[in-house]
Amino acid sequence: MNFATAIRSSRGLPQFTALALVFAANWMVFPDFFAIELRGGRLFGSLIDVLNRGAPVAILSIGMTLVIATRGIDLSVGAVMAIAGATAATLTNAGYSLAVVLAGALAAGLACGLWNGVLVAVVRIQPIVATLILMVAGRGIAQLITEGVIVTFNTPDLIAIGSGSLLGLPSPVVIMAGLLAISLILVRATALGLLIEAVGLNERSSAYAGIDVRTLTITVYVWSGLCAAIAGVIVAADIRGADANNAGLWLELDAILAVVVGGTSLLGGRFSLSLSVIGALIIQAMNTGILLSGFKPEFNLIVKAVVVFLVLLPQSPAVLQRLARAGRRRAP
Amino acid sequence: MIRRLLPLIATLIVFVLGYLYCMYQFPGFASTRVLGNLLTDNAFIGIAAVGMTFVILSGGIDLSVGSVIAFTGVFLAATIGWWGIHPLAAFVLALILATAFGAAMGWVIHYLDMPPFIVTLAGAFLARGIGFLITTDSIPITHDFYSSLSDFAIRLPGGGRLTIVAIVMLAVTAIGIVIAHLTRFGANVYALGGSRTSAELMGVPIAATTIRVYALSGLLAGLAGIVFSLYTSAGYPLAAVGVELDTIAAVVIGGTLLTGGSGYIFGTLIGTLIQGLIQTYITFEGTLSSWWTKIVVGMLLLLFILLQRGLTQMGERRASGAHP
Repeated sequence: MNFATAIRSSRGLPQFTALALVFAANWMVFPDFFAIELRGGRLFGSLIDVLNRGAPVAILSIGMTLVIATRGIDLSVGAVMAIAGATAATLTNAGYSLAVVLAGALAAGLACGLWNGVLVAVVRIQPIVATLILMVAGRGIAQLITEGVIVTFNTPDLIAIGSGSLLGLPSPVVIMAGLLAISLILVRATALGLLIEAVGLNERSSAYAGIDVRTLTITVYVWSGLCAAIAGVIVAADIRGADANNAGLWLELDAILAVVVGGTSLLGGRFSLSLSVIGALIIQAMNTGILLSGFKPEFNLIVKAVVVFLVLLPQSPAVLQRLARAGRRRAP
Repeated sequence: MIRRLLPLIATLIVFVLGYLYCMYQFPGFASTRVLGNLLTDNAFIGIAAVGMTFVILSGGIDLSVGSVIAFTGVFLAATIGWWGIHPLAAFVLALILATAFGAAMGWVIHYLDMPPFIVTLAGAFLARGIGFLITTDSIPITHDFYSSLSDFAIRLPGGGRLTIVAIVMLAVTAIGIVIAHLTRFGANVYALGGSRTSAELMGVPIAATTIRVYALSGLLAGLAGIVFSLYTSAGYPLAAVGVELDTIAAVVIGGTLLTGGSGYIFGTLIGTLIQGLIQTYITFEGTLSSWWTKIVVGMLLLLFILLQRGLTQMGERRASGAHP
């Protein structure tokens, strides 16, 4: 077996290697990187911090993976985060209970997802354009909800979602793990995942094979909207306020990067939710590492660009083909 | 032919009606001052949008233009302010760098077979990151040549000023129209975006066309950066965040299909001006909040996309009716 087929047959190898390398680099610049201590019934440490800070993008990437697997893309998740955060902040300040606040924020996310899904599946607009509409208009809608100001709140139970802890872990990490588990069960314990991959590989033949492509496509966008709303509530709860301008700004790009770094092709088909979450953690570990190292944060973007390139390189079909040809020549 | 022109005509009608409505509300819109400012304020978006139109016509996308604009500004500020290079020489250097950067992205997209979305996104991180490395502050550009260049303007009847940046934008649009419709390269871009497989079979040089399209977009983003630095007289690595979205919106509102192969450079100019018009109206109005710009632009996007969708569906139906 040559190098190219080795990469192709071992899923997750580039991602885990990259994560290990980033962790190792972090450990070299900051020897206490792996140190974790229990303080007041809660774990503390850089590793926990990476999980905690990476949770919003990881949550976005779960929904994004399913959308990309159907050959789509969801550019609106950052704006949906802002809408959900604005909804939660406004509702909680109006005195509603936590259940109502969460239901309202998640309903906003579901509505946004439904809008995207209908535009893509029923009106049949290209996903990148269909979701661009909400990406542009969504922040305006969020500002409409907050009436243009940063709405701050002081409701302890809502704040706990962003900065509290559960089972010794920060609550965003627990929510991320729970959402990943639920999504994995939904797509892998049933045929749903297979159907999504089929739609992504060939929509027409999936339809001929009896798959309800329309409902399935709407469902993945709704799921993505739901994930974005959850991430939006977490971010708002973490900073105790809803900032319609900056909440989730450019996070759609990070989420798409996480999915692509996780090895899901933008051309649809085979996907892996867990590897997307690993992709999100790679991105966050890099950010944390640069901060810990005392390097100027200015390097952040450059390192990000280089790592994205290095993780994608071994997955490029053209590079794989060339490697395979070289391998064959060496071992006739 | 008429059906192909319809999105462009619709865009034009929206612009003219919008402008007439603005004039009805605020008679000041009739003055050439407002028109001159509309062109000046949106010049850098208009220039970058011409490059974006070519990329989208070829079936790709370029998310790096905002970052390239910011990098160019910082680069100019550093070379002119710190190292004392003459602005004209700095312009040439900046344009060469931006073009090479675009060409490199095109090379990666074609030869490494990576999706344009991700390659140009990584390119955006890289360009802005390098800008950050040069400086994290906003550096003012003070040079006699610079201030005389940015002050230069043709006086229009009625007190309006057609500034140099507005002239550059109009010239770039005119050259873009010529390149798109009258050169072999333009025809190749349309062919590539229409159907890559057919273009390849027809003998269109796919590799050269792809690389040139991204190089052109890089060049125009660099030029937009120069214009932006003339407009603001400063270089700042956090400038022009999200300009790629404004340009993509301008291209879509201008009637170019995001799937590639169909659209007009002239439409992009109108698309840019429509967005500028909404902003100007909101400034004139005074009581409307700025977020209405985003909502109105979003609604316009939806309107134009639905129109295009309807037209393509009509075409498909007619085509399938002709060959049962």
